[in-house]
Amino acid sequence: MNHTSPPIQPTPDVTNQDKTKSWFYSDIVKDHFFEPRNFLKKDPEPGQFNGIGTYGSPACGDEMRVWIKVDPKTEKIIDFKWRTFGCGSAIAATSMISVIATENGGKTLEEARKIRPQEVIDRLGGLPARKFHCSVLCDKALRNAINDYYRRVGFFDKIVSEGNRMIDKIMKVTDEDIEKAVREGAKTLEEVQEKTKVGVNNSSVLPAVEELIRFYKEKYFNS
Amino acid sequence: MNHIYLDHAAATPLNPQVFEAMRYFFDGKEFYGNPSSFHTPGKEAKDVIEKSRKNIAEILNCRPDEIIFTSGGTESDNLAILGVARALKDKGNHLITSTIEHHAVLEPMIFLEKKEGYKLTRISVTEDGIIDPEEVLKAIEPDTIFVSIMMANNEIGTIQPIAEIGNLIQKYRLENHSEFPLFHTDACQASGFLDLDISKLHVDLLTFNGSKIYGPKGIGVLYIKRGIKLQPLLFGGGQEKGIRAGTEFVAGIVGLAKALELVQKEKVKENERLIILRDYFITEILKRIPKTRLNGDKTKRLPNNVHISFLDIEGEALLLYLDAEGIYVSTGSACTSTSLEPSHVILALGLPREVAHGSLRFSLGKGTTKEDIDTVLEVLPGVVKKLRSISPVRVEEKYWNRG
Repeated sequence: MNHTSPPIQPTPDVTNQDKTKSWFYSDIVKDHFFEPRNFLKKDPEPGQFNGIGTYGSPACGDEMRVWIKVDPKTEKIIDFKWRTFGCGSAIAATSMISVIATENGGKTLEEARKIRPQEVIDRLGGLPARKFHCSVLCDKALRNAINDYYRRVGFFDKIVSEGNRMIDKIMKVTDEDIEKAVREGAKTLEEVQEKTKVGVNNSSVLPAVEELIRFYKEKYFNS
Repeated sequence: MNHIYLDHAAATPLNPQVFEAMRYFFDGKEFYGNPSSFHTPGKEAKDVIEKSRKNIAEILNCRPDEIIFTSGGTESDNLAILGVARALKDKGNHLITSTIEHHAVLEPMIFLEKKEGYKLTRISVTEDGIIDPEEVLKAIEPDTIFVSIMMANNEIGTIQPIAEIGNLIQKYRLENHSEFPLFHTDACQASGFLDLDISKLHVDLLTFNGSKIYGPKGIGVLYIKRGIKLQPLLFGGGQEKGIRAGTEFVAGIVGLAKALELVQKEKVKENERLIILRDYFITEILKRIPKTRLNGDKTKRLPNNVHISFLDIEGEALLLYLDAEGIYVSTGSACTSTSLEPSHVILALGLPREVAHGSLRFSLGKGTTKEDIDTVLEVLPGVVKKLRSISPVRVEEKYWNRG
């Protein structure tokens, strides 16, 4: 597993729009889960796509892979296919972002880069709160695919690397802080909390923190 | 749509005979007195409790005063662990358990370790999910006061050698002229299938509850061998010999006693039926669906437990696809809990996280028929195939089914 960057989380100011009734998920999530749009049925032919992005790892419970076909003249996404290993909301979220990126003739790469988890969650009619952090990683996979396209066509100045993200806005802890803590030897949630105070007064961020810790442990210590 | 419920390890439907036995204590017509009251209705309620206690004691082959009623399995486990450890604080501070215990055992143990200065040893299991009794013995130190090992695992259904472990602990106590360590077992998953005779199990404390044996939810038992002191968790009116204060759940107690009686009476025949069904189900899944793996020992497992890893897909997605077909199963997968961690039990078998994430538990019950299993076997391959076609993951071959 060659991760180059940590898993993305939704912006921390997302609100819980859990409108579910008897089922865990909204009707839109259900629809996209049972009838996923645009997933890649057959392995791609050479030249079928010109940008590929992957994100997550099955060990963390989610992995998304995105294939895009970009029109070099307009820089619009004319085809978007994907595969996802993950729970119901992860599958539905990837399906939804494929719709968002290709509807109305397709978004330009610049527009597509601005798609954020909150937009995907809104379009899905909300997700249960605990699913925010783990299941909407598809925007990150898409941005990796966009970077991959620019790399292939040699527009290196257009490759954008991800900046820091605020994980816990109460304690002001970013993913970089967590990365630093793990590199300095913190191996468990408790040890990372000792160093960063992440999630001390905000337990809702803990699943995201656990995932980051595992990610960085894998990255730096292969464990 | 025909519903197929295969989650009996989580909860069983109430047996109508049990409901019938409980009815009089629910309908408010006659038996509503507080068992602690000194008048006739109170005495009647008290008598009913004592009769139930006696019936349970007969099945456990113990004395009635060794049976304490609680609110369920979690409370019984907590009472056993916190109660004994705290009462024996001046005798020693080392506790032993296993890596595959239920959270109702692990969490109080970890609490004692983190907050109250106890030392905790967690015994590993074999790759088939079985605890080696010798490993337990080896872990015992002079200051070990308490050992808790489950009778059967709630996720993978493996049956642990409780009698052997109990025997070794008794021998250790004799040879070392010590009263300790005490030995507790959580028998919540086992009580519907296995013999609960205390004298054969060599345990000092034993937990079971109503919800796994076609009895009511919200009622449990802690068997405590006479003479063992423990510190209560609840203080109040002195019910249950002061060990568990609070007005008794009379209807629940009656229902639990009835449920245990019925399930123990029918177990030999029912186990035989379920084992045939279970083994058929396992064989057919492994045969019909590639890249599947049975977790837990093939034979040392509960008659109703089928636990399978479906590689390359995630358990919750599979659960929801089956749910849409009216098939109700369970996953120990992270997404159903508040944490993202996959099941600690599957990880304890030495399996990687990507395999743990793709695991499902099917737990059969009294109502499960061969037709049900055949229906599931028809639906399952297509659902797995569809989810695999969506998945980018291809887990390595070495984690496939063991030969």
